[in-house]
Amino acid sequence: MDRRESMKTMLLGSLTGGLIVNGCAPEETVEQSVTPAEATRYGRTEAEKLRDKMLMEAEFFTEQEVDTIATLCDLILPANADFGSATDAGVQEFIAFIVKDIPDHQIPLRGGMMWLNHRAIKKFGDVFTNCTEAQQKELLDEIAYPDKATPEVAPGVEFFERMRNLTLTGYYTSKMGIEELGYRGNRPNAWNGVPEDILKEHGLSYEEEWLAKCVKHETSGVMAEWDEDGNLIT
Amino acid sequence: MYIIESSKIYDVIIVGSGAGGGMAAKILAESGLSVAIVEAGPFFDPTNPEHMTQLKWPYESPRRGASSTRAFGDFDAAYGGWEIEGEPYTRAEGTEFDWFRSHMVGGRTNHWGRISLRFGPKDFKRKDIDGLGDNWPIGYDDVKPYYDKVDKLIGVFGSKENLDNEPDGYFLPVPKPRLHELYYIKAARKAGVTVIPSRLSILTKKVNNDRGICFYCSQCSRACVAKADFSSGTSLVFPAQKTGNVDLFVNSIVREVTTDSEGRATGVSYVNKEDRQEYQLKGKTVVLAASACSSARILLNSKSSQYPNGLGNSSDIVGKYLHDSTGSSRAAFVPELMNRKVTYNEDGVGGMHVYSPWWLDNKQLDFPRGYHIEVWGGLRVPSYGTGFGVTEMNRFVGEQVGGYGNKLRDDVKRFYGAIMGISGRGESVAQKDNYCEIDPNVVDEWGIPVLRFHYNWTDYERRQAKHMHETFEEIFDAMGAIPLGEAPSKEQDYGLAAPGQIIHEVGTTRMGNDPKTSVTNKNHQLHEVDNVFVVDGGPFVSQADKNPTWTILALSWKTSDYIIDQFKKQNIS
Repeated sequence: MDRRESMKTMLLGSLTGGLIVNGCAPEETVEQSVTPAEATRYGRTEAEKLRDKMLMEAEFFTEQEVDTIATLCDLILPANADFGSATDAGVQEFIAFIVKDIPDHQIPLRGGMMWLNHRAIKKFGDVFTNCTEAQQKELLDEIAYPDKATPEVAPGVEFFERMRNLTLTGYYTSKMGIEELGYRGNRPNAWNGVPEDILKEHGLSYEEEWLAKCVKHETSGVMAEWDEDGNLIT
Repeated sequence: MYIIESSKIYDVIIVGSGAGGGMAAKILAESGLSVAIVEAGPFFDPTNPEHMTQLKWPYESPRRGASSTRAFGDFDAAYGGWEIEGEPYTRAEGTEFDWFRSHMVGGRTNHWGRISLRFGPKDFKRKDIDGLGDNWPIGYDDVKPYYDKVDKLIGVFGSKENLDNEPDGYFLPVPKPRLHELYYIKAARKAGVTVIPSRLSILTKKVNNDRGICFYCSQCSRACVAKADFSSGTSLVFPAQKTGNVDLFVNSIVREVTTDSEGRATGVSYVNKEDRQEYQLKGKTVVLAASACSSARILLNSKSSQYPNGLGNSSDIVGKYLHDSTGSSRAAFVPELMNRKVTYNEDGVGGMHVYSPWWLDNKQLDFPRGYHIEVWGGLRVPSYGTGFGVTEMNRFVGEQVGGYGNKLRDDVKRFYGAIMGISGRGESVAQKDNYCEIDPNVVDEWGIPVLRFHYNWTDYERRQAKHMHETFEEIFDAMGAIPLGEAPSKEQDYGLAAPGQIIHEVGTTRMGNDPKTSVTNKNHQLHEVDNVFVVDGGPFVSQADKNPTWTILALSWKTSDYIIDQFKKQNIS
């Protein structure tokens, strides 16, 4: 991704709930004999169940590629004192799935790993996963900082940007990642505005006039009735 | 293959179960008329655990909610999308139109934004103001009683503001603004832009005993188990079924309206998608509510010796004047929201808590129609795309872009909730040259000829989009926010979304007093065939800068009352 593209993606996806418009996946042909997967239940139609099952049963990456991805995932997000690493959160499995779901990732990731191995062999005489951690980091240092990277390693920069994006997205949509992020929602509650201490910190407050229009949870269960002028009277 | 005829003759056959069809079904069935609803998609009930996506976590989807299966992501309630396998449409060369279809009980109301705005008095009479397009043959006063009834039946939160052309209604109380919305309020006012609480059809207070109250998960687009959002299925179709007067046919795609030798409608023929057989239903009236373009398609495909150009189409106006809302957006990094405390649940209702109605006079501007502004941001649930490009944000704070290791955790967290977006949604000027027609060479998998679209924006919309971006930058500037990327250029049509992308397409069976220049009369009745009505967005003469659903609901109710009256007077028998 070039900068504009990555900004656009971020604009669409990062921190806003993530509504990325993907390119269309190629048409899948499904054998009639395949029965729907029962693995997870998240409101799938029959056709969607079949698609999920077919994707889950397919293999794209080789074992060596899976190893390389796992190694990269944990270099990108190693464990810290409080939380596990990317692979502890199952990010390598997410990436193995998403390349089948969004095939646009396939060639850039496969080719990117080949490029990285070529670079590793040239510099250290072995493929990336067989390099020492210090050597691996030396290789990543060349491609992880787009503003400093030399034109020679541009394909590596592109590849690493994609790996970093997928690792972060896989991690922060996992249970562990959501906990770390501190997201408190996705559960029934009664929204009652921004907490007072946070308002204060931002030098903001609710105006009386605006508040007068707002929900009072203690009466929300009382049937709405209005006077003739449309004023709520219950 | 042969056609299987039903022996029952319904009083009314309704094609489609979205906003227009659901409302017609409820009003007509409750009056005692026998009703058949013919829906192209499957049954859907958000309270059925098999259908439910609400309150699922991103990791319950193997693609973490990505949009590779459903157009708006895995958890969005709409089946279908921009492309439906086996049901293509085409575009004339050099034009663009993206057609979003959701075939299911409730249609697109299962996932929509619930922005429920009344058209104002000026919105029905735009030609009087700027000389462009046409006036509606009805005005606000004709529709007002029905807007009032819709407000009370379905429920909409909002506030009395006494603004010109933004009529108030019977509102439920509004949710308090979120943090980024408080920033928006302050900045918009500074930029001279009006801000008021949003008007969304979400129950912040009880309106009846069948539906629950909002529990603030922000997921109306997933359709609500508590039925606290307005979806046609939960709010209209299911109550209509309770009367015992409704037969609901699902997975049934209507091919055409059938007619007798006198040219009156006798019912519809449809293909049952499960057995691929063709069926015929008989009815005394046919109410089309299949969506503006699908209803136009049905009329155009209903060719007979009396109607060689399609039913109700002697004027050649069916399909013409297709128009969608304009849309353009910009996002920004808000430094004040960096490193914010995330110690609370900021989900709120599905959608924005505040918005800006059109606040200027077009007479002072170089484009004829207005737009409103929507706001988005906040501490949202992570989904596929979260964290993409996050290290780019370091550029704004003078730190190094890129990297790896635990530093990335800090990047993700300190920028979480620090992005805000604003979107303009505007009125386009309906053009006769923007239209859909039958593609003579292409059929769908049911053998039904498909639509071909011809649509181009004009300079009216381009200049409006340019103005949107100038406003966005003023607001961001007043907030101390840094817009992301470059503002779209003239060559990029100022970021105008392709026609169809805003999913407010209307106008294809527009109403009018003159049968030569319109398809339906002011009662939504075909000029040519008095027992065929259209109650989706098709009869709209102009779109306003307002989401069309609330007006579709009001007009469908109004039309249903007219149909009931026609039955009483025995004009239909």
